[in-house]
Amino acid sequence: MLRLLSFTVFLATWWIAALLAGAERLPPPPAVLAAIVTEANSGALFFNLGVTLARVALAFTLAMTLGGAIGYLMGRVRLANRFGDPWLILLLNLPALVVIVLAYIWAGLTEVAAIAAIAINKLPTAVVTVREGTRALDATLDEMATVFAIPRWRAFRHVILPQLAPYIAAAARSGLSLVWKIVLVAELLGRSNGVGFEIGVAFQLFDIALLLAYSLSFVAVVLAIEILLVQPFEIRLSRWRPRAA
Amino acid sequence: MRFGYLGGGPVQLEVGIARKAFTNAAGERLDVLADFNFALGAGEVGAFVGPSGCGKSTMLKILAGLDHDYQGRVTRPAEARIAMVFQEPRLLPWRSVEENVRLAAPQADEAKLSALFAVLELNAHRSHFPGELSLGLARRVALARAFAVEPDFLILDEPLASLDDALAARLRDQIATLVDSRSVMTLLVTHNVDDAIRLGDRVFLLSPRPARILADLPIRTPRSARGEAEIAAIKADIARRTNGDRIERDAS
Repeated sequence: MLRLLSFTVFLATWWIAALLAGAERLPPPPAVLAAIVTEANSGALFFNLGVTLARVALAFTLAMTLGGAIGYLMGRVRLANRFGDPWLILLLNLPALVVIVLAYIWAGLTEVAAIAAIAINKLPTAVVTVREGTRALDATLDEMATVFAIPRWRAFRHVILPQLAPYIAAAARSGLSLVWKIVLVAELLGRSNGVGFEIGVAFQLFDIALLLAYSLSFVAVVLAIEILLVQPFEIRLSRWRPRAA
Repeated sequence: MRFGYLGGGPVQLEVGIARKAFTNAAGERLDVLADFNFALGAGEVGAFVGPSGCGKSTMLKILAGLDHDYQGRVTRPAEARIAMVFQEPRLLPWRSVEENVRLAAPQADEAKLSALFAVLELNAHRSHFPGELSLGLARRVALARAFAVEPDFLILDEPLASLDDALAARLRDQIATLVDSRSVMTLLVTHNVDDAIRLGDRVFLLSPRPARILADLPIRTPRSARGEAEIAAIKADIARRTNGDRIERDAS
Protein backbone atom coordinates (compact mmCIF):
# COMPACT_ATOMS: atom_id res chain seq x y z
CA MET A 1 0.00 0.00 0.00
CA LEU A 2 2.73 2.40 1.04
CA ARG A 3 4.75 1.36 -2.01
CA LEU A 4 1.81 2.19 -4.28
CA LEU A 5 1.51 5.63 -2.67
CA SER A 6 5.24 6.19 -3.10
CA PHE A 7 4.98 5.26 -6.78
CA THR A 8 2.00 7.59 -7.28
CA VAL A 9 3.89 10.49 -5.72
CA PHE A 10 6.79 9.78 -8.09
CA LEU A 11 4.49 9.82 -11.15
CA ALA A 12 2.74 13.01 -10.01
CA THR A 13 6.04 14.82 -9.41
CA TRP A 14 7.28 13.77 -12.83
CA TRP A 15 4.07 14.92 -14.54
CA ILE A 16 4.07 18.35 -12.83
CA ALA A 17 7.78 18.80 -13.61
CA ALA A 18 7.08 17.90 -17.25
CA LEU A 19 4.34 20.53 -17.44
CA LEU A 20 6.63 23.16 -15.96
CA ALA A 21 9.74 22.30 -18.00
CA GLY A 22 8.03 21.61 -21.31
CA ALA A 23 7.69 18.34 -23.23
CA GLU A 24 10.94 18.81 -25.20
CA ARG A 25 13.03 18.79 -22.04
CA LEU A 26 11.05 16.31 -19.97
CA PRO A 27 8.34 14.32 -21.76
CA PRO A 28 5.30 13.52 -19.56
CA PRO A 29 4.61 9.88 -18.56
CA PRO A 30 2.22 9.06 -21.45
CA ALA A 31 4.85 10.06 -24.06
CA VAL A 32 7.45 7.83 -22.44
CA LEU A 33 4.91 5.01 -22.15
CA ALA A 34 4.20 5.37 -25.87
CA ALA A 35 7.94 5.11 -26.62
CA ILE A 36 8.14 1.99 -24.44
CA VAL A 37 5.19 0.43 -26.30
CA THR A 38 6.72 1.21 -29.72
CA GLU A 39 10.06 -0.31 -28.73
CA ALA A 40 8.32 -3.31 -27.18
CA ASN A 41 6.24 -3.91 -30.33
CA SER A 42 9.30 -3.88 -32.56
CA GLY A 43 10.99 -6.34 -30.18
CA ALA A 44 14.00 -4.05 -29.75
CA LEU A 45 13.23 -3.34 -26.08
CA PHE A 46 13.25 -6.99 -25.05
CA PHE A 47 16.24 -7.81 -27.21
CA ASN A 48 18.34 -5.01 -25.73
CA LEU A 49 17.21 -5.68 -22.17
CA GLY A 50 17.99 -9.36 -22.68
CA VAL A 51 21.47 -8.65 -24.03
CA THR A 52 22.25 -6.34 -21.11
CA LEU A 53 20.87 -8.82 -18.58
CA ALA A 54 23.00 -11.61 -20.05
CA ARG A 55 26.11 -9.44 -19.69
CA VAL A 56 25.20 -8.58 -16.14
CA ALA A 57 24.59 -12.23 -15.27
CA LEU A 58 27.89 -13.39 -16.76
CA ALA A 59 30.03 -10.61 -15.31
CA PHE A 60 28.32 -10.86 -11.92
CA THR A 61 28.76 -14.64 -11.67
CA LEU A 62 32.37 -14.42 -12.79
CA ALA A 63 33.23 -11.66 -10.32
CA MET A 64 31.41 -13.30 -7.39
CA THR A 65 32.97 -16.73 -7.92
CA LEU A 66 36.47 -15.46 -8.48
CA GLY A 67 36.19 -12.71 -5.87
CA GLY A 68 34.74 -15.10 -3.29
CA ALA A 69 37.52 -17.63 -3.83
CA ILE A 70 40.27 -15.00 -3.69
CA GLY A 71 38.70 -13.33 -0.65
CA TYR A 72 38.46 -16.65 1.21
CA LEU A 73 42.08 -17.45 0.40
CA MET A 74 43.27 -14.01 1.49
CA GLY A 75 41.28 -14.28 4.72
CA ARG A 76 42.73 -17.69 5.54
CA VAL A 77 46.33 -17.49 4.33
CA ARG A 78 48.41 -14.62 5.63
CA LEU A 79 50.91 -14.92 2.78
CA ALA A 80 48.18 -14.70 0.14
CA ASN A 81 46.86 -11.61 1.87
CA ARG A 82 50.23 -9.88 1.94
CA PHE A 83 50.78 -10.73 -1.73
CA GLY A 84 47.30 -9.77 -2.91
CA ASP A 85 46.73 -6.64 -0.85
CA PRO A 86 48.55 -4.12 -3.14
CA TRP A 87 46.68 -5.51 -6.15
CA LEU A 88 43.45 -5.17 -4.28
CA ILE A 89 44.07 -1.53 -3.37
CA LEU A 90 45.03 -0.78 -6.96
CA LEU A 91 41.87 -2.39 -8.36
CA LEU A 92 39.62 -0.83 -5.73
CA ASN A 93 40.75 2.66 -6.67
CA LEU A 94 41.05 2.22 -10.42
CA PRO A 95 38.25 4.21 -12.15
CA ALA A 96 35.77 1.99 -13.98
CA LEU A 97 36.27 4.00 -17.16
CA VAL A 98 40.00 3.22 -17.23
CA VAL A 99 39.36 -0.51 -16.95
CA ILE A 100 36.73 -0.44 -19.68
CA VAL A 101 38.80 1.61 -22.11
CA LEU A 102 41.92 -0.48 -21.55
CA ALA A 103 39.95 -3.71 -21.98
CA TYR A 104 38.58 -2.49 -25.32
CA ILE A 105 42.03 -1.39 -26.46
CA TRP A 106 43.74 -4.64 -25.52
CA ALA A 107 41.01 -7.18 -26.32
CA GLY A 108 39.23 -5.27 -29.09
CA LEU A 109 35.59 -4.18 -29.13
CA THR A 110 34.44 -7.68 -28.22
CA GLU A 111 31.93 -9.30 -25.90
CA VAL A 112 34.77 -10.86 -23.89
CA ALA A 113 36.36 -7.46 -23.32
CA ALA A 114 33.05 -5.96 -22.15
CA ILE A 115 32.24 -8.76 -19.70
CA ALA A 116 35.81 -8.94 -18.39
CA ALA A 117 35.89 -5.18 -17.83
CA ILE A 118 32.61 -5.26 -15.87
CA ALA A 119 33.78 -8.26 -13.82
CA ILE A 120 37.13 -6.64 -12.99
CA ASN A 121 35.32 -3.56 -11.73
CA LYS A 122 33.21 -5.60 -9.35
CA LEU A 123 35.88 -8.12 -8.31
CA PRO A 124 37.76 -6.13 -5.61
CA THR A 125 34.67 -5.27 -3.55
CA ALA A 126 33.69 -8.94 -3.51
CA VAL A 127 37.22 -9.88 -2.42
CA VAL A 128 37.26 -7.32 0.39
CA THR A 129 33.86 -8.29 1.75
CA VAL A 130 34.45 -12.04 1.68
CA ARG A 131 37.91 -11.54 3.20
CA GLU A 132 36.35 -9.71 6.13
CA GLY A 133 33.87 -12.54 6.53
CA THR A 134 36.64 -15.13 6.48
CA ARG A 135 38.58 -13.25 9.14
CA ALA A 136 35.49 -13.22 11.33
CA LEU A 137 35.02 -17.02 11.13
CA ASP A 138 34.47 -18.66 14.51
CA ALA A 139 37.61 -20.67 15.38
CA THR A 140 35.75 -22.64 18.08
CA LEU A 141 33.45 -24.10 15.43
CA ASP A 142 36.48 -25.04 13.33
CA GLU A 143 37.83 -26.90 16.36
CA MET A 144 34.51 -28.68 16.75
CA ALA A 145 34.62 -29.79 13.11
CA THR A 146 38.21 -30.99 13.52
CA VAL A 147 37.53 -33.02 16.68
CA PHE A 148 34.50 -34.70 15.15
CA ALA A 149 36.50 -35.36 11.97
CA ILE A 150 33.81 -33.85 9.76
CA PRO A 151 35.07 -34.21 6.17
CA ARG A 152 36.45 -31.03 4.66
CA TRP A 153 33.72 -30.44 2.11
CA ARG A 154 30.88 -31.10 4.58
CA ALA A 155 32.52 -28.77 7.09
CA PHE A 156 32.83 -26.09 4.42
CA ARG A 157 29.19 -26.43 3.49
CA HIS A 158 27.68 -26.63 6.96
CA VAL A 159 30.16 -24.78 9.19
CA ILE A 160 31.99 -22.22 7.01
CA LEU A 161 29.51 -21.24 4.30
CA PRO A 162 26.66 -20.30 6.67
CA GLN A 163 29.03 -17.97 8.49
CA LEU A 164 30.11 -16.38 5.21
CA ALA A 165 26.54 -16.12 3.89
CA PRO A 166 25.78 -12.61 5.23
CA TYR A 167 29.06 -11.36 3.76
CA ILE A 168 28.39 -13.04 0.43
CA ALA A 169 24.89 -11.54 0.43
CA ALA A 170 26.34 -8.09 1.15
CA ALA A 171 28.91 -8.52 -1.62
CA ALA A 172 26.16 -9.63 -4.01
CA ARG A 173 23.91 -6.74 -3.07
CA SER A 174 26.54 -4.01 -3.46
CA GLY A 175 28.10 -5.79 -6.41
CA LEU A 176 24.83 -6.01 -8.29
CA SER A 177 24.20 -2.28 -8.01
CA LEU A 178 27.76 -1.63 -9.17
CA VAL A 179 27.36 -3.94 -12.16
CA TRP A 180 24.06 -2.30 -13.16
CA LYS A 181 25.84 1.05 -13.32
CA ILE A 182 28.96 -0.10 -15.14
CA VAL A 183 27.34 -2.34 -17.74
CA LEU A 184 25.69 0.63 -19.44
CA VAL A 185 28.98 2.53 -19.69
CA ALA A 186 30.70 -0.52 -21.16
CA GLU A 187 27.89 -0.89 -23.70
CA LEU A 188 27.91 2.79 -24.56
CA LEU A 189 31.64 2.72 -25.28
CA GLY A 190 32.10 -0.50 -27.17
CA ARG A 191 29.00 -2.55 -27.99
CA SER A 192 26.39 -2.18 -30.71
CA ASN A 193 23.43 -3.44 -28.71
CA GLY A 194 22.08 -3.42 -25.16
CA VAL A 195 20.40 -0.74 -23.06
CA GLY A 196 23.61 1.33 -22.81
CA PHE A 197 23.99 1.45 -26.59
CA GLU A 198 20.34 2.47 -27.09
CA ILE A 199 20.68 5.22 -24.50
CA GLY A 200 23.76 6.46 -26.36
CA VAL A 201 21.74 6.55 -29.60
CA ALA A 202 18.89 8.38 -27.88
CA PHE A 203 21.39 10.87 -26.48
CA GLN A 204 22.82 11.61 -29.93
CA LEU A 205 19.32 12.10 -31.38
CA PHE A 206 18.25 14.07 -28.31
CA ASP A 207 15.26 11.70 -28.10
CA ILE A 208 14.51 12.11 -24.40
CA ALA A 209 11.38 9.96 -24.51
CA LEU A 210 13.39 7.04 -25.91
CA LEU A 211 16.14 7.67 -23.37
CA LEU A 212 13.66 7.56 -20.50
CA ALA A 213 11.87 4.59 -22.03
CA TYR A 214 15.04 2.49 -21.87
CA SER A 215 16.18 3.85 -18.51
CA LEU A 216 12.85 3.18 -16.81
CA SER A 217 12.47 -0.29 -18.32
CA PHE A 218 15.94 -1.07 -17.06
CA VAL A 219 15.09 0.23 -13.57
CA ALA A 220 11.93 -1.90 -13.60
CA VAL A 221 14.00 -5.01 -14.37
CA VAL A 222 16.46 -4.19 -11.58
CA LEU A 223 13.60 -3.68 -9.10
CA ALA A 224 11.96 -6.95 -10.16
CA ILE A 225 15.21 -8.87 -9.63
CA GLU A 226 15.72 -7.20 -6.25
CA ILE A 227 12.21 -8.05 -5.02
CA LEU A 228 11.84 -11.49 -6.60
CA LEU A 229 15.37 -12.89 -6.21
CA VAL A 230 17.63 -10.98 -3.81
CA GLN A 231 15.21 -10.30 -0.96
CA PRO A 232 13.71 -13.83 -0.72
CA PHE A 233 17.26 -15.20 -0.77
CA GLU A 234 18.28 -12.97 2.13
CA ILE A 235 15.20 -13.98 4.13
CA ARG A 236 15.97 -17.65 3.56
CA LEU A 237 19.56 -17.21 4.72
CA SER A 238 18.54 -15.65 8.01
CA ARG A 239 15.64 -17.97 8.85
CA TRP A 240 17.55 -19.49 11.80
CA ARG A 241 17.90 -16.14 13.54
CA PRO A 242 15.30 -15.52 16.23
CA ARG A 243 12.88 -13.06 14.67
CA ALA A 244 12.54 -9.58 16.10
CA ALA A 245 9.08 -9.00 17.50
CA MET B 1 27.92 -53.94 35.01
CA ARG B 2 31.32 -53.63 33.43
CA PHE B 3 34.32 -55.74 34.27
CA GLY B 4 37.97 -55.04 34.44
CA TYR B 5 37.65 -51.33 33.93
CA LEU B 6 40.27 -50.59 36.51
CA GLY B 7 43.66 -50.99 34.95
CA GLY B 8 42.35 -54.30 33.59
CA GLY B 9 41.79 -53.02 30.06
CA PRO B 10 44.74 -52.54 27.76
CA VAL B 11 46.26 -49.07 27.94
CA GLN B 12 44.55 -46.92 25.30
CA LEU B 13 45.79 -43.47 26.09
CA GLU B 14 49.28 -42.63 27.19
CA VAL B 15 50.10 -39.04 27.97
CA GLY B 16 53.56 -37.72 28.69
CA ILE B 17 53.64 -33.96 28.28
CA ALA B 18 57.01 -32.69 29.41
CA ARG B 19 56.15 -29.04 28.95
CA LYS B 20 53.54 -26.82 27.42
CA ALA B 21 54.07 -23.08 27.50
CA PHE B 22 52.26 -20.04 26.18
CA THR B 23 53.68 -16.66 25.34
CA ASN B 24 51.32 -14.01 26.64
CA ALA B 25 50.66 -10.59 25.14
CA ALA B 26 53.45 -9.05 27.24
CA GLY B 27 55.93 -11.49 25.73
CA GLU B 28 56.45 -13.57 28.87
CA ARG B 29 56.51 -17.34 28.63
CA LEU B 30 54.11 -19.09 30.98
CA ASP B 31 54.32 -22.79 31.72
CA VAL B 32 50.85 -24.27 31.64
CA LEU B 33 51.65 -27.96 31.93
CA ALA B 34 54.82 -29.53 33.34
CA ASP B 35 55.69 -33.24 33.66
CA PHE B 36 52.13 -34.20 33.02
CA ASN B 37 51.99 -38.00 32.81
CA PHE B 38 49.13 -40.48 33.04
CA ALA B 39 47.55 -43.40 31.20
CA LEU B 40 43.96 -44.51 30.76
CA GLY B 41 42.78 -48.04 29.95
CA ALA B 42 39.98 -49.05 27.62
CA GLY B 43 36.58 -48.16 29.03
CA GLU B 44 37.99 -46.18 31.91
CA VAL B 45 36.52 -42.86 33.00
CA GLY B 46 39.23 -40.50 34.23
CA ALA B 47 37.97 -37.44 36.06
CA PHE B 48 40.32 -34.49 36.43
CA VAL B 49 39.71 -31.98 39.19
CA GLY B 50 41.68 -28.80 39.52
CA PRO B 51 41.40 -25.13 40.33
CA SER B 52 40.14 -22.95 37.51
CA GLY B 53 42.87 -21.64 35.22
CA CYS B 54 45.23 -24.50 36.04
CA GLY B 55 45.52 -25.63 32.43
CA LYS B 56 42.77 -28.24 32.15
CA SER B 57 41.37 -26.93 28.90
CA THR B 58 44.86 -26.69 27.42
CA MET B 59 45.43 -30.34 28.29
CA LEU B 60 42.14 -31.32 26.63
CA LYS B 61 43.04 -29.43 23.48
CA ILE B 62 46.29 -31.36 23.24
CA LEU B 63 44.57 -34.69 23.86
CA ALA B 64 41.86 -33.91 21.31
CA GLY B 65 44.56 -33.30 18.71
CA LEU B 66 43.77 -29.60 18.35
CA ASP B 67 47.09 -28.35 19.69
CA HIS B 68 50.35 -29.91 18.50
CA ASP B 69 52.68 -27.31 19.95
CA TYR B 70 54.02 -29.01 23.09
CA GLN B 71 57.01 -31.01 24.26
CA GLY B 72 56.31 -34.67 24.92
CA ARG B 73 54.22 -37.49 23.57
CA VAL B 74 50.54 -38.39 23.47
CA THR B 75 49.64 -41.84 22.22
CA ARG B 76 46.04 -42.48 21.30
CA PRO B 77 44.60 -45.68 19.83
CA ALA B 78 45.07 -45.62 16.09
CA GLU B 79 42.07 -44.18 14.23
CA ALA B 80 40.12 -43.65 17.43
CA ARG B 81 36.84 -41.87 16.89
CA ILE B 82 36.91 -38.87 19.18
CA ALA B 83 33.92 -36.96 20.47
CA MET B 84 34.06 -33.91 22.66
CA VAL B 85 31.65 -31.86 24.71
CA PHE B 86 33.13 -28.39 24.94
CA GLN B 87 32.67 -25.97 27.80
CA GLU B 88 30.32 -23.91 25.63
CA PRO B 89 28.00 -26.14 23.59
CA ARG B 90 29.50 -25.10 20.21
CA LEU B 91 26.44 -25.95 18.19
CA LEU B 92 25.86 -24.59 14.69
CA PRO B 93 23.20 -21.92 15.21
CA TRP B 94 22.02 -22.23 11.59
CA ARG B 95 21.25 -25.94 11.80
CA SER B 96 18.45 -27.59 13.77
CA VAL B 97 19.16 -29.76 16.81
CA GLU B 98 18.81 -32.94 14.77
CA GLU B 99 20.96 -31.62 11.90
CA ASN B 100 23.65 -30.65 14.39
CA VAL B 101 23.78 -34.20 15.70
CA ARG B 102 23.58 -35.83 12.28
CA LEU B 103 26.35 -33.67 10.87
CA ALA B 104 28.82 -35.07 13.41
CA ALA B 105 27.38 -38.58 13.25
CA PRO B 106 26.20 -39.31 9.71
CA GLN B 107 26.28 -43.06 10.38
CA ALA B 108 23.79 -42.93 13.29
CA ASP B 109 20.47 -44.57 12.39
CA GLU B 110 17.03 -43.37 13.41
CA ALA B 111 16.57 -45.98 16.17
CA LYS B 112 19.82 -45.04 17.90
CA LEU B 113 19.11 -41.34 17.64
CA SER B 114 15.61 -41.77 19.05
CA ALA B 115 16.96 -43.71 21.99
CA LEU B 116 19.60 -41.09 22.61
CA PHE B 117 17.17 -38.18 22.35
CA ALA B 118 14.83 -40.04 24.70
CA VAL B 119 17.51 -40.45 27.40
CA LEU B 120 18.43 -36.77 27.14
CA GLU B 121 14.77 -35.67 26.89
CA LEU B 122 15.37 -33.87 23.62
CA ASN B 123 12.65 -35.40 21.46
CA ALA B 124 10.46 -32.29 21.62
CA HIS B 125 13.33 -30.09 20.45
CA ARG B 126 14.61 -31.97 17.41
CA SER B 127 13.63 -29.32 14.89
CA HIS B 128 14.48 -26.30 17.04
CA PHE B 129 17.44 -24.09 16.30
CA PRO B 130 20.11 -23.74 19.04
CA GLY B 131 19.26 -20.05 19.49
CA GLU B 132 15.86 -21.12 20.78
CA LEU B 133 17.29 -23.40 23.50
CA SER B 134 18.27 -22.72 27.10
CA LEU B 135 21.88 -23.41 28.10
CA GLY B 136 20.85 -26.67 29.81
CA LEU B 137 19.14 -27.88 26.64
CA ALA B 138 22.04 -26.79 24.43
CA ARG B 139 24.41 -28.74 26.72
CA ARG B 140 22.25 -31.81 26.27
CA VAL B 141 22.34 -31.40 22.49
CA ALA B 142 26.14 -31.22 22.66
CA LEU B 143 26.07 -34.44 24.70
CA ALA B 144 23.74 -36.09 22.21
CA ARG B 145 26.11 -35.12 19.42
CA ALA B 146 29.08 -36.62 21.27
CA PHE B 147 27.34 -39.90 22.07
CA ALA B 148 25.76 -40.26 18.61
CA VAL B 149 29.27 -40.53 17.21
CA GLU B 150 29.76 -43.73 19.30
CA PRO B 151 33.26 -42.58 20.13
CA ASP B 152 36.23 -44.66 21.23
CA PHE B 153 37.46 -41.70 23.20
CA LEU B 154 35.07 -39.21 24.79
CA ILE B 155 36.21 -35.86 26.17
CA LEU B 156 33.96 -33.87 28.47
CA ASP B 157 35.12 -30.34 29.32
CA GLU B 158 33.10 -29.01 32.28
CA PRO B 159 29.83 -30.37 30.87
CA LEU B 160 27.88 -29.25 33.93
CA ALA B 161 29.33 -25.78 34.50
CA SER B 162 26.93 -22.86 35.06
CA LEU B 163 23.82 -25.02 35.39
CA ASP B 164 21.70 -24.88 38.52
CA ASP B 165 22.19 -27.75 41.00
CA ALA B 166 19.02 -29.70 40.19
CA LEU B 167 19.62 -29.56 36.46
CA ALA B 168 23.30 -30.41 36.86
CA ALA B 169 22.41 -33.45 38.98
CA ARG B 170 19.93 -34.69 36.37
CA LEU B 171 22.34 -34.17 33.52
CA ARG B 172 25.07 -35.92 35.52
CA ASP B 173 22.82 -38.96 35.91
CA GLN B 174 22.13 -38.91 32.19
CA ILE B 175 25.86 -38.81 31.45
CA ALA B 176 26.38 -41.75 33.85
CA THR B 177 23.66 -43.72 32.06
CA LEU B 178 25.21 -43.05 28.68
CA VAL B 179 28.77 -43.80 29.78
CA ASP B 180 27.63 -47.11 31.28
CA SER B 181 25.56 -48.09 28.27
CA ARG B 182 28.64 -48.45 26.15
CA SER B 183 32.13 -48.95 27.46
CA VAL B 184 34.06 -45.95 26.23
CA MET B 185 37.29 -44.42 27.41
CA THR B 186 36.27 -41.07 28.83
CA LEU B 187 38.12 -38.05 30.08
CA LEU B 188 36.14 -35.65 32.21
CA VAL B 189 37.41 -32.30 33.37
CA THR B 190 35.61 -30.46 36.13
CA HIS B 191 36.18 -28.10 39.03
CA ASN B 192 33.44 -29.87 40.99
CA VAL B 193 34.77 -32.69 43.21
CA ASP B 194 31.29 -34.15 43.63
CA ASP B 195 30.81 -34.58 39.87
CA ALA B 196 34.25 -36.15 39.55
CA ILE B 197 33.56 -38.73 42.28
CA ARG B 198 30.13 -39.62 40.95
CA LEU B 199 31.26 -40.05 37.35
CA GLY B 200 34.91 -41.14 37.43
CA ASP B 201 36.55 -44.54 37.74
CA ARG B 202 39.69 -42.68 38.69
CA VAL B 203 39.95 -39.17 40.07
CA PHE B 204 43.04 -37.16 39.23
CA LEU B 205 43.79 -34.15 41.38
CA LEU B 206 45.61 -31.32 39.65
CA SER B 207 47.83 -28.62 41.09
CA PRO B 208 47.51 -24.93 40.22
CA ARG B 209 49.40 -23.79 37.12
CA PRO B 210 51.68 -25.24 35.84
CA ALA B 211 49.40 -28.23 36.26
CA ARG B 212 50.84 -31.45 37.62
CA ILE B 213 48.96 -34.53 38.78
CA LEU B 214 48.95 -34.50 42.59
CA ALA B 215 47.11 -37.75 43.09
CA ASP B 216 45.46 -40.56 41.13
CA LEU B 217 42.63 -42.05 43.20
CA PRO B 218 40.90 -45.15 41.89
CA ILE B 219 37.26 -45.68 42.89
CA ARG B 220 36.51 -49.38 42.91
CA THR B 221 32.76 -49.33 43.47
CA PRO B 222 30.76 -49.23 40.21
CA ARG B 223 29.14 -45.88 39.51
CA SER B 224 25.56 -47.03 40.13
CA ALA B 225 26.44 -48.62 43.48
CA ARG B 226 28.21 -45.64 45.04
CA GLY B 227 26.43 -44.61 48.24
CA GLU B 228 26.35 -41.15 49.73
CA ALA B 229 28.54 -42.29 52.65
CA GLU B 230 31.26 -43.53 50.32
CA ILE B 231 31.13 -40.38 48.21
CA ALA B 232 31.43 -38.26 51.37
CA ALA B 233 34.42 -40.33 52.52
CA ILE B 234 36.23 -39.89 49.18
CA LYS B 235 35.40 -36.21 49.24
CA ALA B 236 36.93 -35.86 52.70
CA ASP B 237 40.02 -37.74 51.51
CA ILE B 238 40.37 -35.38 48.54
CA ALA B 239 39.87 -32.31 50.72
CA ARG B 240 42.59 -33.57 53.07
CA ARG B 241 45.00 -34.18 50.20
CA THR B 242 44.48 -30.83 48.50
CA ASN B 243 44.72 -28.94 51.78
CA GLY B 244 47.81 -30.94 52.71
CA ASP B 245 49.36 -29.95 49.45
CA ARG B 246 48.55 -26.33 50.04
CA ILE B 247 50.13 -26.48 53.54
CA GLU B 248 53.20 -28.17 52.10
CA ARG B 249 53.51 -25.49 49.46
CA ASP B 250 52.98 -22.72 51.95
CA ALA B 251 55.67 -24.19 54.20
CA SER B 252 58.23 -24.39 51.43
